Amino acid sequence: MNFWSDPVNFIAHWLTSLFVGWGIAGWLASLIIQLIGVVVLISLMMLLDIFLVWVERKVVARFQDRLGPNRVGPFGIIQPFADIIKLLIKEDITPDGADKVVYNLAPILSLMSVLLLWAIIPLAPVIFGVDLNVGALYIIAAGSIGTLSIIMAAWSSNNKYALIGAFRQVAVLVSFEIPMIATMLIPTILAGSMGMNEIVQGQQTVWYVVLAPLAALIFMIAAIAELGRSPFDLNEAESEIVAGFHIEYTGMKFGLFYAGELLHAFTFGGFWAILFLGGYRFFGLENLGPLVAAVILLAKAMFGYWVIMWIRYTVMRIRIDHMLAFNWKFLTPVAFVLLMLTALMNTLLRGTQSGIYILGMFLTNVVLGWIIVEILRGYSRSERERTEGGAPAAATTHH
Amino acid sequence: MTAMQIFFLIVGLVILGSALTVVTTRNLIHAALWLIVTLFGVAVLFAILNASFLAVVQVVVYIGAIAILFIFAVMLTHKEMRDRGPQLNNAWWLNAIIALLTFGGLFWMLESWNGFSKTAADFPSNFDAVGQLGNALISPDAFVLPFEVASVLLLAALVGAVYIAFNPHSGDSRK
Repeated sequence: MNFWSDPVNFIAHWLTSLFVGWGIAGWLASLIIQLIGVVVLISLMMLLDIFLVWVERKVVARFQDRLGPNRVGPFGIIQPFADIIKLLIKEDITPDGADKVVYNLAPILSLMSVLLLWAIIPLAPVIFGVDLNVGALYIIAAGSIGTLSIIMAAWSSNNKYALIGAFRQVAVLVSFEIPMIATMLIPTILAGSMGMNEIVQGQQTVWYVVLAPLAALIFMIAAIAELGRSPFDLNEAESEIVAGFHIEYTGMKFGLFYAGELLHAFTFGGFWAILFLGGYRFFGLENLGPLVAAVILLAKAMFGYWVIMWIRYTVMRIRIDHMLAFNWKFLTPVAFVLLMLTALMNTLLRGTQSGIYILGMFLTNVVLGWIIVEILRGYSRSERERTEGGAPAAATTHH
Repeated sequence: MTAMQIFFLIVGLVILGSALTVVTTRNLIHAALWLIVTLFGVAVLFAILNASFLAVVQVVVYIGAIAILFIFAVMLTHKEMRDRGPQLNNAWWLNAIIALLTFGGLFWMLESWNGFSKTAADFPSNFDAVGQLGNALISPDAFVLPFEVASVLLLAALVGAVYIAFNPHSGDSRK
């Protein structure tokens, strides 16, 4: 075993022999090493989070035809540190009538629910926190802790806007979880496991985005809703409820929510890459070594994050009834039909040649997508006839 | 005492302590939050027992759905979050005796069972607990009937809820 082929275990072995040499018991040494691993992973993620603040501000500036931060350091890259100093020296306000313990616990839980997700992300075949065999469910479980933190923040702030924001957020989270679970089951079916590492291993020949493009699309939509980002950012709709659940938070407590949101978006970019874009695989480049594989995964996660930002800054916010109708009447049935169809086709085509298998799975998605578009077209036509009294669409352009 | 036993005792104390706080605290939201601590402790117990699927499902279903529903029900129905009435009624001593007797009886029963003081054997190295559970749930020799009956029951509950909420006289809901 050398550093290049298995860096984490190499360092762990070296540290174990060092600690045992100092006279520490074996189980205690391994416990200390596990704790060091957790602290290192979290620290790296938090460092990355600081960088994400700069990325987000720079990208939104491009989408809005501005320059973004450009004064502090080259390309404004030191701007986030100035932001952190500003957040740290702001007054720390706890509103009257707030439930102090719950109020202070909520931002911590919010960031924690995101950091928990990194425990199961395989950065490389040999670099991962833990290879849980229920990885897909674990994502949902960590998300439910995030939901809880939003309710806690909103209720303990003793503020009506905050509570309205939390009500909306929970309605969105509870409903969009369903298409998300259904689409996460599709890579599970294709790989035969819920473990993230095995799902990446299963994409040896072809990425799942080719076998299940519709699932990748639905997963992305559900992930954006889960993140509470535009077009689904009703929980903090500035124009209606000021800032939603984090309205009363100041200084670094707000900073924790903000950091959690950015890292959450990046993390779901990572899950999108793991589930559909081949994870740490990139045309054999990952065979160079685990560190290269980790860089590939982070680059793909950054691509997913960019897609989320792209949608966020180009699509407007939609109304809550539209959003829930969109989920329950469109996304959920489509996700379930897709799940059943994928399971069926996977079983039918499993024994065939890989070329036929890939083509069959892809065509299944294309045909289903075409049927969905046809149904939607028929529905919108009948709706238009109902509201406009049967007049043809071309004749009603005068209003 | 092994490290695992110490860990188990800590988790057990957290579960019991938070469960006690659920019934003694006067703030209803705090009671719901303590209940979440209890449920999370049970999830940790499942994780200690290598039942990772049950641990995660415990968090998803009980914390992610049921506890959040509790909090919402409390927030939507109670204007006053504090409960002011007496916390004990006249029969508290009788209930305490029954609880103690039940605990004693269960303890006595378990102690006379020969598996009580044994340590569980480790799983074989590539034991796929989730796969085994999945096969058991759909295998006719095991739990396919209870599993399907539960699904039909839940579906019936779902249809019933829609039927109660749906008002056929309101006309077209699309405005």
